[in-house]
Amino acid sequence: MANESMFVSAFIYLVAAVVSVPVAKRLGLSSVLGYLVAGMLIGPFALRLVGEEGQAVMHFSEFGVVMMLFLIGLELRPSMLWRMRLPIIGLGGSQVVLTTLAVTGGALAIGLGWQMALAVGLILALSSTAIVMQSLQEKGLGGTEAGRSAFSVLLFQDIAVIPILAALPLLATLPAAGGGGHDGGGNVLSDWLSHQPGWMNTLMVLGAVVGIIFAGRFVLQPLLALVAGTRVREAFVALALVLVIGIALLMNSLGVSAALGTFLAGVVLADSPYRHELESDIEPFKGILLGVFFISVGASIDFSLVAGNPWLVAGIVAGLFVAKALVLFVLGSFAGQGLDQRLIFSLYLAQGGEFGFVLLGMALSGGVLDERTCQVLVASVALSMALTPLVMLAEEKLVRPRFGTRVAGEREADEMAEDAPVILAGVGRFGNFVARMLRSQGVEVTVIDNDSEHIEFLRRLGIKAFYGDANRHDLLEAAGAAKASVLICTLGGEEQVARLISTARKHFPQLKIMVRAVSRNHEYELVEEGLDFVIHQNAGSAIQMAEAALRELGWRAHRASRAAKTFARHDHAATRALAGDHRDETTYIKRVRQSLSELEELFEQDAKRRERESATPWDAIQLRKDSAAGYPDAGGAKDGD
Amino acid sequence: MERTLIVFCHPALEKSRTNRALIEGVADLDGVTVSDLYERYPDFLIDVKREQDQLVEHERIVWQFPLFWYSTPSLMKEWMDVVFQYGWAYGRGGNALAGKRVKAVVTTGADAGSYTAEGFNGHTVRDLLLPLERSARMCGMEFAEPLVFYDALKLDGGGLARAVADYRKWLKEGD
Repeated sequence: MANESMFVSAFIYLVAAVVSVPVAKRLGLSSVLGYLVAGMLIGPFALRLVGEEGQAVMHFSEFGVVMMLFLIGLELRPSMLWRMRLPIIGLGGSQVVLTTLAVTGGALAIGLGWQMALAVGLILALSSTAIVMQSLQEKGLGGTEAGRSAFSVLLFQDIAVIPILAALPLLATLPAAGGGGHDGGGNVLSDWLSHQPGWMNTLMVLGAVVGIIFAGRFVLQPLLALVAGTRVREAFVALALVLVIGIALLMNSLGVSAALGTFLAGVVLADSPYRHELESDIEPFKGILLGVFFISVGASIDFSLVAGNPWLVAGIVAGLFVAKALVLFVLGSFAGQGLDQRLIFSLYLAQGGEFGFVLLGMALSGGVLDERTCQVLVASVALSMALTPLVMLAEEKLVRPRFGTRVAGEREADEMAEDAPVILAGVGRFGNFVARMLRSQGVEVTVIDNDSEHIEFLRRLGIKAFYGDANRHDLLEAAGAAKASVLICTLGGEEQVARLISTARKHFPQLKIMVRAVSRNHEYELVEEGLDFVIHQNAGSAIQMAEAALRELGWRAHRASRAAKTFARHDHAATRALAGDHRDETTYIKRVRQSLSELEELFEQDAKRRERESATPWDAIQLRKDSAAGYPDAGGAKDGD
Repeated sequence: MERTLIVFCHPALEKSRTNRALIEGVADLDGVTVSDLYERYPDFLIDVKREQDQLVEHERIVWQFPLFWYSTPSLMKEWMDVVFQYGWAYGRGGNALAGKRVKAVVTTGADAGSYTAEGFNGHTVRDLLLPLERSARMCGMEFAEPLVFYDALKLDGGGLARAVADYRKWLKEGD
């Protein structure tokens, strides 16, 4: 069977992913590091389960990055993108220019010609969108100042790939090696293009970008509506994949970054009603491909080359980290970031990136770099990516505690630990309300959040605020968890919530734990855990909204208010009753139906009773009837009517 | 022993001394169920079914509350409005409460002398509770002589202990 080898390697890669990620998580490390180490282990220099095809797999799974950018685009409405234009161009542009200059300078210093040096500078200026975005998300830093800045820079880099790709051939000093580009070549269109003048190329690129924007509006949306209308889920999934793959192919044949193309398509579709559908369909493919991509990066590190030139490679990797981090650190301070945010921003983005591999492939085939330089750089970039999770870990455990905002001083820490009875983990929009309400009643609240800008702000308001990961037992301790009575968790990620609960239960068993659930299923899980209080994040405001709507429809306020309260009470009880079953789908669905019909029944009963006599205690229909019929008791108690 | 349901009604128990001492002093008695209305229904949305079921399970009902404007705190009135439904508590087919005995246990700020025809308030507490009495009778219940603790703002130490002892004694031995 011809496919057998493909199945074998798919099997190996997936097993590596399945084994490595839980182990990494157990050890408190990021999943990216798990994937990378798994790749090194199965690679040609350890277990030899995968060989040269590692490169091919890497090129294939780079597609995960393309999908990731599509998803990022989906999250980003055009208006939001427009609002971010300053940081993208300012931060991102300066980063690329300054880093290129720094690296080029270094390359010149070790004796490369200026063309080669400039090419190396351009290639190494790019960071790894895959690793950085994945890690930011995993550590819950996506919404912080550093996270947003990092995203801006990465976005600019992804855009910058286009002009860099276009400029590389101009730097050629060697005879073109021909072929070998990762796009595979051989495409009629790209063949034709390669014989066109540069301006034609640029025109085609612009045309493609404009084309995607127009097609997104006028072709894709109606097409999505059409396919969604068939209600065949796999057809929609297939269309989603066709969309992403098609755009990637088109962009590749134009010699443009496929990631940029799909990103644009994502942005165009961010306003469409099918956004969530697309997201949930592409997400699993992206996840697996990115994992395989990380594994293949690990597997592709040529350790024999590294062993042959240890100092050269170490020097390049170290130099790269230092140069990039310095540039970013300076830019961060211009952007007005606090020290911690600057540390995260500069250290997270200091590696080489996956687009580096693409560009290196181009540079080799285009005769810009010689083969040995290329190989050394590929190994260095891969190593720098593999080291990034370790750098992040070091930043979190060693650098930030020493230089960061966290606890401003011992004295202050003591003061803080004093007597606040409530610890609030996470002060986003939800947590803010909780803190304000409690403080309005004179109840002290100690806040823990991992957005240092936010923390500084709260401190200026005189609120006891700690900066850091609320899951850390020492930080909870410092925040006074041993003496507090209540821990309120409004953290975002379900995983983070779960970690906080287990830490708190283990070390501070006296704490009442109250949790904000982010979804229905999350709520069931938390209720099942037997927590002291669980509330769905939208329960309160949604029911209030419905109550207000009833009033707009002319209901008397008291009737609307009672209906809302009754509903809330039933909903609360139903959640508790359903909690035990939510894992077992068949009973779950049955119970949901039952609960729905219960609710229906409740309201039907209300309606019936209203007709009959006293669904609400003030209805006097039966009373009136009986009174008219001359029943002696009918007057008296509720005489008013 | 008769089962007794104390329907307890105080909107700010955290500020009260006498009512707190009284309710804490009797909660442990056998056959006594305390239903703390303001604690259970802070939103005034009374669970009618639950309250009716609870009433059915007890032979003796106590309404314990501080006297506010010569009457009950507002939630107590709401409770009566919604729980004593037509066709259940009174009217055609309404006999769920018939035969039960009900007693008001009331604290007042003023002293006993003021609650007389000649006194400052011009009426006895029993007279002022006429609406409760009529309501009880309407539902076929017997309305026992109220147990009144006068001068509750000044009760302390021995006086408070005596009040609790009187309350317990009545609950155990009846009238």
